[in-house]
Amino acid sequence: MLTPDELTAVWLSAKVALSATLLCLPLGIAVSWLLARRRFPGKVLLDVLVQLPMVLPPVVPGYLLLVVLGTQGVVGAWLLERFGITLAFTWKGAVLASAVMAFPLMVQPVRLAFGMIDRRLEQAATTLGATPWRAFFTVTLPLAVPGIIAGAVLCFSRSLGEFGATMAFVGNIPGETRTLPLAIYTYMHVPGGEAPSQRLAWLSIAIAFVALLAAHGISRRAERLLGYRSHADP
Amino acid sequence: MLTLDCEFRRGDFHLRARTEIADGVTGICGPSGCGKSTLLALLAGLLRPQAGRIRFADELLADGDTIFVPAWRRHFGLVFQDGQLFPHLSVRANLLYGYRRRAPEARRFELPGVLELLEIAPLLERRPGQLSGGERQRVALGRALLYSPRLLLLDEPLSALDERLKQQILPFLKRVKDETRIPMIYVTHMISEVEYLADRVLPMERGELTNHAA
Repeated sequence: MLTPDELTAVWLSAKVALSATLLCLPLGIAVSWLLARRRFPGKVLLDVLVQLPMVLPPVVPGYLLLVVLGTQGVVGAWLLERFGITLAFTWKGAVLASAVMAFPLMVQPVRLAFGMIDRRLEQAATTLGATPWRAFFTVTLPLAVPGIIAGAVLCFSRSLGEFGATMAFVGNIPGETRTLPLAIYTYMHVPGGEAPSQRLAWLSIAIAFVALLAAHGISRRAERLLGYRSHADP
Repeated sequence: MLTLDCEFRRGDFHLRARTEIADGVTGICGPSGCGKSTLLALLAGLLRPQAGRIRFADELLADGDTIFVPAWRRHFGLVFQDGQLFPHLSVRANLLYGYRRRAPEARRFELPGVLELLEIAPLLERRPGQLSGGERQRVALGRALLYSPRLLLLDEPLSALDERLKQQILPFLKRVKDETRIPMIYVTHMISEVEYLADRVLPMERGELTNHAA
């Protein structure tokens, strides 16, 4: 059905999107919690910074990543010299570009979920001998699971579709950074590429569809387990 | 014995408490907004007084800026107005939440005894969402008891219930008082609720709690 080149692009996309989601999860949970529950100087700035990739043209974050983390960049040169790590024009760089672009989509639902949890539940936990950390892991975090699932799926789906920042930061290298959208774009520009572009486009739609359906099912199940009641009309 | 001499301010609100509270059941009664819940939060360690001291038996719980024992080290139980059961846990897991965090040698109650005392054994495998208001408050009370508290704080535990349910729960509270001998502080705006239970009732008004008799 798919040629080896197409398959490579699909697997690379899955690898990049999954890694980006795993990268965003812990950081996204921490930042969402800070934004939902804490007051601190510079909070508005952090909020704006987190949302920024969503409103910028995607090439701009990609360009900035290249300037900072490219082999000639301040941080990039140091990473290469000190640890021998290269991000620009590698699949790890594609993960980073996807993560930066998808991060706002992770933060929004998780932050909303934290905001909706009654703080007196956490207080109840501390009056029963739980330290604030333990109250977070036994009460707050489990109650936020439906929001975290929603955030992870949005993050994964956004990462699958990442194009602009990836192109700018890591280019379009077959087998290394040519993910699904880049492969489709490439096929569109070569003679006889209509059929593969179409196949990959349909595949993208199918993957997105299945991911959203799965997320819907999982979060419904999580809500039921957590004792949420549906407020929708029967 | 609880000794209070402390102040707490937030915005326009100013709370001053200067009193000694003996063991047994103490009712604290006042209109809504008089600072009763804030007082309980100070006692529970959820809020920190800006000035003054709180002492329980011979342990200093709060002293100005220098000493503050947080909620999770006070070993006091707090029953909220609406129970605040953990919605993601079964009744059993709710009941055992504090119990598991208490050292075995400090435990004074075991699950079977509390189930019998509060008649909640049939509810064990349910979720809080499947409980009635009266059942929820009994489970909340059981959860606090199983933590073997040195002091039990009750924040309007019956005010969310209708008259008939109140009459059903009060005997359970009386039973807890008689059978456990845990000192209790019972906060309410309805003096009728607490008269039946309390050894003494202190009035609270506009953030002032003082015991002139003491």
